[in-house]
Formats: sequence, C-alpha cells, structure tokens
Amino acid sequence: MGGSFPRGGAAIAGLATFGLGEAPGWSAIELAARAGLDALADAGMALDDIDGLFVCLPDDMFGGLALAEYLGIAPRYTDCNRTGGSAFMSHVAVASMMLAAGYIDTALITYGSNQRTAGGKLATPAKSSRYEAPYKPLFPISAYALAASRHFHEYGTTRAQLAEVAVAARGWANGNAEAFAKGPLTVEDVLAARMLSTPLTARDCCLVTDGAAAVLLTRTERARDCPKPPVPVLGAAAATWHHAISQMPDLTTTAAAESGARAYAMAGVGPADIDVVQLYDAFTINTILFLEDLGFCPKGEGGRFVEAGRIAPGGALPVNTNGGGLSCCHPGMYGLFAIVEAARQIRGEAANQIDSVEVALAHGNGGVLSSQATVILGSTATV
Amino acid sequence: MSPHPEAHWRAALAEGRLLLQRARASGTAFFPPRIMEPGTGDEEVEWIEASGMGTVYAVTVVHPRPPAEPYDVALIDLDERVRLMSRVDGIAAEAVRIGQRVRARIVEEEGQPLLVFEAV
Repeated sequence: MGGSFPRGGAAIAGLATFGLGEAPGWSAIELAARAGLDALADAGMALDDIDGLFVCLPDDMFGGLALAEYLGIAPRYTDCNRTGGSAFMSHVAVASMMLAAGYIDTALITYGSNQRTAGGKLATPAKSSRYEAPYKPLFPISAYALAASRHFHEYGTTRAQLAEVAVAARGWANGNAEAFAKGPLTVEDVLAARMLSTPLTARDCCLVTDGAAAVLLTRTERARDCPKPPVPVLGAAAATWHHAISQMPDLTTTAAAESGARAYAMAGVGPADIDVVQLYDAFTINTILFLEDLGFCPKGEGGRFVEAGRIAPGGALPVNTNGGGLSCCHPGMYGLFAIVEAARQIRGEAANQIDSVEVALAHGNGGVLSSQATVILGSTATV
Repeated sequence: MSPHPEAHWRAALAEGRLLLQRARASGTAFFPPRIMEPGTGDEEVEWIEASGMGTVYAVTVVHPRPPAEPYDVALIDLDERVRLMSRVDGIAAEAVRIGQRVRARIVEEEGQPLLVFEAV
C-alpha cells in the first residue's frame, strides 16, 4: 500500500522570517534560533513546548544537535535531513506524520544562513561528483544550464523566456518590503547580464543572501487555539531520481512529476485548485520545469507559459509572490521560505496578498534537480 | 569481477582503455562503476570495452572571468546507452552541438588520465 498521509491532521501554527538580505554579524545558528523563537511566539508557545526539532544548518552537518544545545532543549526527536533545499518539505512530511501518530506534539522547523555577509558565496558542503569534477562545471550552475540546453533543444525554449521568469520574480519583489533585490528589471537586462554557463546569465541565477525562516507545526485541533489562523498540511511528498546531473534520466523532466502527483493525491486537489504557487527558483529554468512537472502546463510548454507576464503580478497564475530565490532571498537553502510564503498567503498576511487563497503549493528542490518535494497547504475550510 | 570496481576502472583508464560494466543477465551497461547493477542488485557483472562512440546529449559553455577562455561541459550518451559528463575538444566550445557524434579519447591532465571526446 503506502502513500497514505494524515490530510489536515497537522497545521502550521507559527511562522517567521528574519534577517532576509543582509544580517551582518549574525552567525547561522543565531539566525536559526532567532527565527525559531519568533515562530514560537507567533504560535503563542515557548521553548519548552518544542518536542520535535527539524533543522539543517548550511555549515554544520550536526546542526540538529548544535541547535538543540543552543536553545537549551532536549527534543524527543531531532532531524537533520540533508536532501538540500527541499529538506524542509520533507521535514513537513515527517513532522505531520509524527504529529498525527502522537509521537510528538509540536515540531519546530528552522533554518538560518549568513552566507552573504560571511563570504558572499553559496555556502554548501555539496559539490560535483568525482566523475564530473575534472571537467570543471560551475557547481551547481552548469548542471541547471545543461538541463536548460536540453529543454531549448527539445522544446524550443528561449533565453528570453527564461528572462521572463526573472522579470516576474522582480515584479513580486518590488511589492515585498522584505525582498532583497528590488528595482526595475527587464528581459533585456537579463539577456545582457554576464554569461556564466550558457544559457544562464547572472540574472538567471538566484541571489546569495543571508536570512532565516521557521515554522511551528502542531496538530490542527491544537492549532485552532493558537493566536493566528491555522494552516493545515493537506499533503507532502518527496521524490529522488538521481544525485549527479549526469545520472538524471531525462534532463527535461524532474522528480517533481512524482512528488507533485503524490502530494496532489494526498490533498485531494489538482493544479487547477492551487490559488498560489511557490517554486524553488534557484535558476530561471527551475520555474519552467516545475510549472510543467507540477501540471500547470504541458511538458515543453513552460517557456511559452511564462511569457507576457503570466506568472508576474497581475498575471493569471501567481508564482513566487515574495520574489522567490531570484529576487527575495536565497540563503543557500530556500525551501522553507517557499513554505512560509505559501502559509502567509493562506493566512492573508503576505506582502503581495492574493485574494481569497484557500490552497497553496510550496515546492522544494535539492542538489542539482535531484531531490524534489512538494507541500500543499490549505485554509481550515479545506479540511 | 574486481572487488573494487572504481579502482579497476581508473587503472584501465590509466592504460588508455575505456571500460564499462554490464550485467550479464540483463545485458545492460552502466556507469559509474558499481558493485552491482543499479536497480536490480544483480552482482553478476562483467567488464566490457566501450566502443568510444557517443552523441552529445546536453552542453553548456562555462564563461570564467577573463582572461580565462570559455570551455564546454557536455553530457555524452555513449552508444552502449550510458551517460557521462565530459567535454568535446578540438572545436570551439560554442560550436559543440546537441546531437553531434563524438569519439572518446584519453588524455593526461593535471597528472591524471582524463576521458574527453572529439567531434567526428
């Protein structure tokens, strides 16, 4: 059997972001702790309410232990998943099931990174496989560039269509006080930016910022007594088809096709029911691949789908309404920020609030299109 | 079968030979070297000499900061239906095309044997 999920059994009761952009002087663990405390306060809870701790710090393989000690708590369960930027979606899946089973009563999922002020480079222990490294691909950019090259070849996708994704993200960021990259950005600007790994320019790549985010989950019945509107988890699924880009079976189809289908089935919804979409846009090609793989348009149509501002403010499908990794923030592992934005849209407190959001999707990506994980959140009316 | 497939593959490469593994039962070749056929766990695996012929599946041109020159990074589908990362030498990086036929060549780079390809 398998594949069952406690639909609506657990809910986000508290959430927070902190230090998006630049947080000079803050260490990663300080940022994760700060966001964690803020999410707890948002849920009307305190440190001694935490009994499940889910954290993966960018610079510490033992971050779960380090943060438990830092906070001075002794969790009943600590999880330090390393599937990359999608880890937080997997955390939501595990936490939801543990909550439904009564194994834990609350779960704090938190993350923080100071990668911008600490060095200005992507802080990650990940790297190319030893069979790939001798060819000097830029990690991880060239892997995504290879996927884009294949998408161009098979479906006629263009650099201008990739640029539309960056322009749409900037449009949303311009309405979000928290977003780091603001100001005008045109398709021409993206095309004229420094080429890094064809067809991707610097403007096709996510930001390098600091930042922290956290969510506090508890059983939905308890979340109803918390100060803010609960955001129940309707479905959460992860899929992994490869690790190294050279081992990806088809560079134009990601495992989001599996994680999304399973999450939709758990939630009892389909793409047409999603009011707002948050996708891990580490690179512009990601948004196009995930829109296809998650069923918002047919395979191969993603480039044409994003044209004419369809995913930008005022467009038919609101995608990455905080500005995404391309223009809001990208502190190394972005997945949790997508979850927070989806939950804010359901609460009705997003910076670029969409009218009457009942169902939101947050999709995470890890490695080089390697790990895909999808979370579907709803309002209490959907449970 | 060598108990250390990766070391066996690298030793052959140093001798100028491109080896692949193939599961005897399924006849499926695979790479990188492993102690079993991926997906089935079949340990009845043999070494075969690759034809060296392949096709460019995907390609990117990396643009390092000048004065370093741009270079290509490609995924090559060998005729044995195995995919690996490499590069295509002998033509301008920008001239490497998806679908292009290529032939393997083993060169020495930074003191190590390295598998590269050239256009045919």
